[in-house]
Amino acid sequence: MAQATVHGEHEPTTTGLNHRKMLMWAFLGSDCMFFGTLIATYLVYKNRSIAGPMPEDVFSIPVTTVSTFVLLMSSMSMVLAYAALTRNSMKTFRIWLASTAILGMTFVGFQVFEFTVFANHEVVVKCADVGVVELTSVERKVAEKCGTADEHDGKVEETVGLTPRTNLFGSTFFTLTGFHGAHVSLGIVWLLSLFFLSFKKGGVTPEKNLDVDLAALYWHFVDIVWIVIFTVVYLFGVFPGF
Amino acid sequence: MTTLTFPIPRPTHPTGIWNWLTTIDHKKIGVLYGVTAFILFLSGGVEALLMRIQLSGPGREIISAEIFNQLFTMHGTTMIFLAIMPLSAAFFNYVIPLQIGARDVAFPRLNAFSYWTFLAGAIILKISWFTGGATNAGWFGYAPLTSVQQNPGTGIDSWIISLQVLGIASLAASFNFLVTIINMRAPGMSFMRLPLFTWMTFITNILIVLAFPVITVALIELYFDRSFAMNFFNVAKGGDPVLWQHLFWVFGHPEVYILILPAMGIVSEIISTFSKKPLFGYPAMVLAGAIIAFMGWMVWSHHMFTVGLGPIPITVFTITTMAIAVPTGIKVFNWMGTMWNGSIDFKTPMLFALGFVAMFTIGGISGVMHSMASSDAQQQDTYFIVAHIHYVLFGGAIFAILAGIYYWFPKITGRMYNEALGKITFWLTFIAFNITFFPQHFLGMDGMPRRIYTYDPSMGWNLWNGVSTLGSIMLAIAMLMVVHNLARSWRKGEPASGDPWDGRTLEWSIASPPPEYNFVEIPTVYDRDDWWARKRREVRRAVPVGGGSGDDEAHDIHLPQPSYWPFVVACGLLIGGFGLVYPVGVYAISIIGTLIGMIGVYAWSLEPVNEPEDGESSAH
Amino acid sequence: MLTSTMSLKRLIGIALLGTMIALLLGCTPSHPQSTFDTRGLVAANQANIFYIIFWAGLVVFIAVEGALLYMVFKFRRKEDQGDPVQTHGNTRMEIIWTIAPVIVLIVAAVPTIQGVFYAANSQNSPNYPADGNALEVDVIGHQWWFEFRYPNPNNPAEQIVVANEMYIPVGEPVNFRLDSVDVIHSFWVPKLAGKVDMIPNNDNTMWFEAYAPGEFFGQCAEFCGVSHANMRFKVIAVPRPEFDSWLQHQAGEALEPSEALAVEGKNLFRSAGCSGCHADSSIIKIRADGSRIPGRTGPNITHIATRLNHLGIYRNADAPFEDSSGVRQLYVDAAGVPIHANGQPFVSAALLQQNLKTWITDPEALKPGNLMTRDGAPYIDPENALSERDIDALVAYLLTLK
Repeated sequence: MAQATVHGEHEPTTTGLNHRKMLMWAFLGSDCMFFGTLIATYLVYKNRSIAGPMPEDVFSIPVTTVSTFVLLMSSMSMVLAYAALTRNSMKTFRIWLASTAILGMTFVGFQVFEFTVFANHEVVVKCADVGVVELTSVERKVAEKCGTADEHDGKVEETVGLTPRTNLFGSTFFTLTGFHGAHVSLGIVWLLSLFFLSFKKGGVTPEKNLDVDLAALYWHFVDIVWIVIFTVVYLFGVFPGF
Repeated sequence: MTTLTFPIPRPTHPTGIWNWLTTIDHKKIGVLYGVTAFILFLSGGVEALLMRIQLSGPGREIISAEIFNQLFTMHGTTMIFLAIMPLSAAFFNYVIPLQIGARDVAFPRLNAFSYWTFLAGAIILKISWFTGGATNAGWFGYAPLTSVQQNPGTGIDSWIISLQVLGIASLAASFNFLVTIINMRAPGMSFMRLPLFTWMTFITNILIVLAFPVITVALIELYFDRSFAMNFFNVAKGGDPVLWQHLFWVFGHPEVYILILPAMGIVSEIISTFSKKPLFGYPAMVLAGAIIAFMGWMVWSHHMFTVGLGPIPITVFTITTMAIAVPTGIKVFNWMGTMWNGSIDFKTPMLFALGFVAMFTIGGISGVMHSMASSDAQQQDTYFIVAHIHYVLFGGAIFAILAGIYYWFPKITGRMYNEALGKITFWLTFIAFNITFFPQHFLGMDGMPRRIYTYDPSMGWNLWNGVSTLGSIMLAIAMLMVVHNLARSWRKGEPASGDPWDGRTLEWSIASPPPEYNFVEIPTVYDRDDWWARKRREVRRAVPVGGGSGDDEAHDIHLPQPSYWPFVVACGLLIGGFGLVYPVGVYAISIIGTLIGMIGVYAWSLEPVNEPEDGESSAH
Repeated sequence: MLTSTMSLKRLIGIALLGTMIALLLGCTPSHPQSTFDTRGLVAANQANIFYIIFWAGLVVFIAVEGALLYMVFKFRRKEDQGDPVQTHGNTRMEIIWTIAPVIVLIVAAVPTIQGVFYAANSQNSPNYPADGNALEVDVIGHQWWFEFRYPNPNNPAEQIVVANEMYIPVGEPVNFRLDSVDVIHSFWVPKLAGKVDMIPNNDNTMWFEAYAPGEFFGQCAEFCGVSHANMRFKVIAVPRPEFDSWLQHQAGEALEPSEALAVEGKNLFRSAGCSGCHADSSIIKIRADGSRIPGRTGPNITHIATRLNHLGIYRNADAPFEDSSGVRQLYVDAAGVPIHANGQPFVSAALLQQNLKTWITDPEALKPGNLMTRDGAPYIDPENALSERDIDALVAYLLTLK
């Protein structure tokens, strides 16, 4: 009664698809709704904060572009890691798996850096520019001090931090990107677990490549979510007209 | 496959309480779900009864305003999340693998995890009665009444965290059942041969997978507002309380169908079986279920007709809501088509199923009345709505669940319930239900708002409130009769055969109670009502009876082994959840809970499904 | 089997009979918040729409339940009955019972949509004033009372504040702007119109028009906290001239007390901290940008002694608005004070005194969770607790606020 076993790597299923892979897809479908709701909340509250800082005050597109690139590269190295495993070259597999995790950590590092910068956001306004240059609302508020600020070389500066408590933008932005960061961090833990497991005999084998396949699926999903966030939150946030 | 060393030996053949704590048998988990949820159902009933006693007459001072508000909030939350959903889940667990000809669900340990996590969520919610007050802002928790300024205690937090934990349980179960239904059908069982209950379960689980993340996010936002002073629903910072309503009802309306679709599935099975006829218009029934589920996403704002959305959105949602009456009507008519020219046997399950059709029709008609926004403007937030939801959720879902309990009771326990008592119970339930809830239509049209703990004698509401309270006491007696019948029959009932109802689906083709491995040989399916067809095709083969044949072969069937880890992870969630509700230190308890959960997850994922030598402890 | 058939028939008969009696009794329309006994254009429109779906629903109900009963008796399993014919469906029937509900629903949808748009704009009233100046009242929800602000006819930059009881002119549409200072409430006068929610940060509007004079019950319909059940108010519809004099009177200054006890009460009103939350002037400015000034925490008391009901609930008068034969009892005299048809003051001083005293002595008993007992100095600080005499003095003062 070989087919009697309910479980195993190669058990026959009605559709021929693996149970665990199908579960992963169902989970990702659910997670789509999760991020969809967070993004919807962000969009509903877009431009409805009573006070700044607003996206255009804090976002630095070049920095976030770099971190986005890092995350995309991690997806590529994930693909290479999986390919190496199926070719049974464990060493290459470990290298690419570790690079994926490191790239992921770099991305999270960028995010921590970014959050810190936002929380200590400094606004510098040259008083000479007031009236000439179009200022954001936060800059205008800081520029109001220009009248009394001649002693500062005609410049006023102030820390106008963005925290989750500051305004609607802060709450929605940090919650959305924070949960994405948490997903990435979870993925890193998963990848590292696989990495260390791969040194154990029979821990990660080409026959059990599904273990890595599932992690890869998750990892790519998290990347795709970031592309959406980067577009909707960052790009649409700073470029007018959206 | 080497076994990774773990200091704790794996449970091999546990007995007593360890058997239940570590079981991953879908049938035992189904029983656990059913018994737990029925107890919680009774606790929700007690909450309702206390409210009815307070409202039995004008100006009563039996229960204070604050406690009354906690009672109706807990009643709603309990009945929806701790009673109807898990009672449906009990049937999913017990019946689905049997109906599709599988030996278990796709992920037996995940299934155990779902149950223990559900229990953790229930404990977090119910224990709040004793730890500084239960939640009191309604089961819908409208902002800003749930803000920390309005509601500084831990009641709301326990509600939030409990729903989150229950959400994890529901999601885990849904992933599991989706995969099970898609991937573990017996050979020949195409989708259009699935029993209707399996179909409705499938659709319900799709709804859960897509709807629960929405409430999860809404609750996260609310929790962040309360605990970390964020601004999602903070009016002072520009937050909009209506956003909460949208998020809640985008989840909440599919949730209504999550509650009723399994009930429709159960009733479809029972009506077909006891009429000895195949389900009339099976493809239409499946399609109607799918359309209801799909359209369930387009009607959420009918809960918000008085929010001031403007006439055009209100018109759109009026039309979509009215349209949902069409597939619902198709279901009712097809049930009647099934009975037409049938040979109807009025056993208790059939009586409850007929009660369902009769009462659900009333609930459907009153539903159309407030799908019409103009008429809803008067009915919204009155007892008319209370009457309506009880006609669909009690007269509907609970009647169907009771029908299902009586229907599958012989299969689950191997014993018959007391038929005479069952019939008396049905009639008492049916009459008491109508005495309790029909007058609430009048109260609503007479302008009695919901959720009021007292009313003035001059309002003209005295009579019908008194009648309603009387009915609720009768209803409580009826429910005790159900408990009595089931508890007694479980121990002393007549032994049941494997197929007491001349059933049509695969669960009746095996012994009662089914052996641990369900099917000695996985059946091959040739027909929609395969078991019925097989019985008629083959020359009167002996129907298997309790403890039927096949024991000899059982040794060859490898079943997944029990595991501690689902229980451990759920414990981690329970402790972690408590830590979030009662943040002592810097969420120290949560951190402990998270660590326990993580240890559990690691141990679980490294634990093979089966120890090599059939668990004969070669690994240790 | 036989007995069960008998009991089934009998029980269904009893159930049907009971339902009929209940339907007849249940629709007795004379209750104060009945949605059938309408006096407003919007409510009448909504009731008519309800009747359409009610009769349609009744037909469906009788058809479905009747068919169900028929089948229950007709297709009961007979002894030694073999398997019935295994029919799997009937396309024609299925199409019929898909199309039929669609037609019913379309028929019901048309008046509904008309009703939605009707209730959305007061210009749908035939009595909408030609100059476009319909009366506009701000309704502000508080836990757990209603504040109403009328435009001051004497000064467009000011509003007149009253609490828990509002007057409207008969036969004219009145526009309402709905807001809330704390949680979501809902503004509902069942005999005049269906409800609309009062939501912070949302500018909701509604309108209604009473076509007959009367005193109408209103109640908050959205759960709003501990004393949700006690958040009630009254709408009193009187002919336009009477409404005008009432409004003029409400705009006036509070009367100065002369009696010693009342004077003591007035001083106590300030020294005990009451005036921190309760204004004794009904006038409030409008900001230059047209927005509303928040106003004080508690209900305005400037003319509290003219209110027919205390807290919008407890009767201060011993006569109803109209007697049992429908003869009107309440009028507003030229000075703007409610009087009885026989010329006597409508508000009974004795009832008002009793109501005020009960309230001030223990507000928690009438309105659990109210802010006054939660935050008010006399209630939270035992050293400042009001003595029996203090309460008498305060009541004496309030009684003068006509």
